Amino acid sequence: MEQFYVFLQQMVNGISLGSIYALIALGYTMVYGIIKLINFAHGDIYMVGAFVGYFAINYLHVGFFGSLFIAMAACVLLGILIERIAYKPLRNATRIAALITAIGVSFLLEYTTVFALGAQSRAFPEVLGNIRFGFFGNKVFITNKELLIYGVTLALMVLLQFIVKKTKTGKAMRAVAFDRDAAMLMGVNIDNTISATFALGSALAGAAGVLVGIYYSAISPLMGMNPGLKAFVAAVLGGIGSIPGAALGGVLMGVIETMVIAYGQSTFRDAVAFAILIIILIIKPSGIFGSNAREKV
Amino acid sequence: MKMRKLLAVTLLLAFVLVMTAGCGGTDANKTETKPAATDAAEVILGANFELSGAVAVYGQTKMNGVEIAIDEINKAGGILGKQVKLIKYDNKGDDAEALSLTTRLMTEDKIVTMLGPVTSGRVMVAVPVSEQFKIPLVTGTGTAAAITVADGKVNQYAFRICYTDEYQGKLAGKFAATSLGGKTAAMLVNQNDDYSIGLSEAFKTTFEENGGKVIEQVSFTNDDVNFNTALTKIIATNPDVLYVPAYYEQDALIAKQARELGYTKPIIGGDGWDSADYLLQTAGAAALQEVYFVNHYFSGDAEPAVKAFVDAYTAKYNETPSSFSALGYDTAMFVKDAIERAGSLDPVAIRDAMAATKEFKGITGNLAMGENHDPIKSAVIISFDADGKPILKEKLQ
Repeated sequence: MEQFYVFLQQMVNGISLGSIYALIALGYTMVYGIIKLINFAHGDIYMVGAFVGYFAINYLHVGFFGSLFIAMAACVLLGILIERIAYKPLRNATRIAALITAIGVSFLLEYTTVFALGAQSRAFPEVLGNIRFGFFGNKVFITNKELLIYGVTLALMVLLQFIVKKTKTGKAMRAVAFDRDAAMLMGVNIDNTISATFALGSALAGAAGVLVGIYYSAISPLMGMNPGLKAFVAAVLGGIGSIPGAALGGVLMGVIETMVIAYGQSTFRDAVAFAILIIILIIKPSGIFGSNAREKV
Repeated sequence: MKMRKLLAVTLLLAFVLVMTAGCGGTDANKTETKPAATDAAEVILGANFELSGAVAVYGQTKMNGVEIAIDEINKAGGILGKQVKLIKYDNKGDDAEALSLTTRLMTEDKIVTMLGPVTSGRVMVAVPVSEQFKIPLVTGTGTAAAITVADGKVNQYAFRICYTDEYQGKLAGKFAATSLGGKTAAMLVNQNDDYSIGLSEAFKTTFEENGGKVIEQVSFTNDDVNFNTALTKIIATNPDVLYVPAYYEQDALIAKQARELGYTKPIIGGDGWDSADYLLQTAGAAALQEVYFVNHYFSGDAEPAVKAFVDAYTAKYNETPSSFSALGYDTAMFVKDAIERAGSLDPVAIRDAMAATKEFKGITGNLAMGENHDPIKSAVIISFDADGKPILKEKLQ
């Protein structure tokens, strides 16, 4: 029984980590769905979101939800800016050119931040306090921060699903993802639609940045590298281009990673993550939800 | 065609310009220009430090400590009645730079002893040069065993004044088993880091020699920020103490997450924990209760010499000196002590005096030079009060 409680506690840890991966993976998958670009700078937008949240709390004293909003807004601007400056001129270039540009943008964001703020970690301000809720006679705990991560992630996913399915912009995004030329002929403004996709994806990454800052209480300019890669694997696992796929893939990645540390060798954690990527690419390249899905955003 | 030729010439010119600018860069390392000359009127010491690059913070804080010492020595009349001249170079944390700067200091600049480098990798590059020119080298912070002993032979001209990784791992193991009375221990180790692995091995050996048992070991990597899973696994085994030999950025997160998961027993660390301000900001005072780490000195020590140094340092640099600063100060003072006992500026005589050091009183404790050129010295255990301010828990010999 004791073992079972430890397992439940590890699930709590895994789902928290997975929620963060899911939020980042959504941005990867949306951008890929619409312009077939793996936006490697996405993990660094998440980092910028964390830093914007840090400055918003420290200097504007806005509290958690204020900083979340400001970080998301800043990332929306950053996402649109990156798309307009770096990716739009390459829209008809080869995909490898766009991919290399994305890697370039990633380094640019990382090292501009290192240059401006220094490479050292910073302590993220404590704005929520620390409350623990015990279950099963205090054998399993969930903290207020973990509940917040679950809540914010779920709310943002519902909101995203609403925007994509029910709004005009969402309809345009689906149309462009389906067939860009036909959508253009029907009068859809391609540029604005692609910008909107980057904006949405970046907003989610910004939110993930602030949540991580709150949860782990430390941020650094290179914090986006590793989660960015893991989220990319999560997006592939779920089926790149599929929104529910990215959400499920993210949570799965978090749980798998946690269970490898908990019941296997912690040393193999990253190896297992990338072994999963290789296995998916061999057995089911389209991912869990990617099978012949006609509708991708 | 003409255009193309013009372009080629321009490109060539640009290339030459870049090349010469690149070469010019090496001169810029030289913080203080000094033509090669043996001036018997002064004692010339060289410093080969990591003043920029990834570990710049270590190099700079240590240099601050060295400068306080040199100022103090010169104000008090210098060494053997001669003023001390310190030639400072920045090796940028780069092996090749460290090597060429060591050569330059020992040949062109005619130094009698070199201070530094700061980090183990760079020191190991410099050691063969000092052996070749028979000029002693003293590092205040290089902890790798191979600096002083290579292939079972002691490097004759290499000295260190800080304890080794193994030594402080042993101290932590003994402290955990005896002072804290721990019977079982778990370790959380950075598998990418020699420092972390070295400390954990020494801790395990000593802890088990003293009647304890290490019941769980979980590893992590350099860029981990999420330790919840590893800690949940560790807490499930209910260890009496948790040993975390890592650097302060991750230590703060580990302490915080361990406390959030309900672990209230002692957490023990090494000198990598030495950044009390960062720990307090990130982890908070509550998480730092029952945290103990081995350190070189305690900045709040009532010892008059320590207090004088901390006051002088705080007045000049407006921050509390870290262990690096204190070890920098001690490095310079150790060299002074050795030169005075040698009674001459002959590098070989200075080397002999260093090797024969019996009792040097430093900020970081009293020191006798061991036969492997590793010091035998005291260490302190730091813990935290209810407000998260560091306090001295124990002095260890």
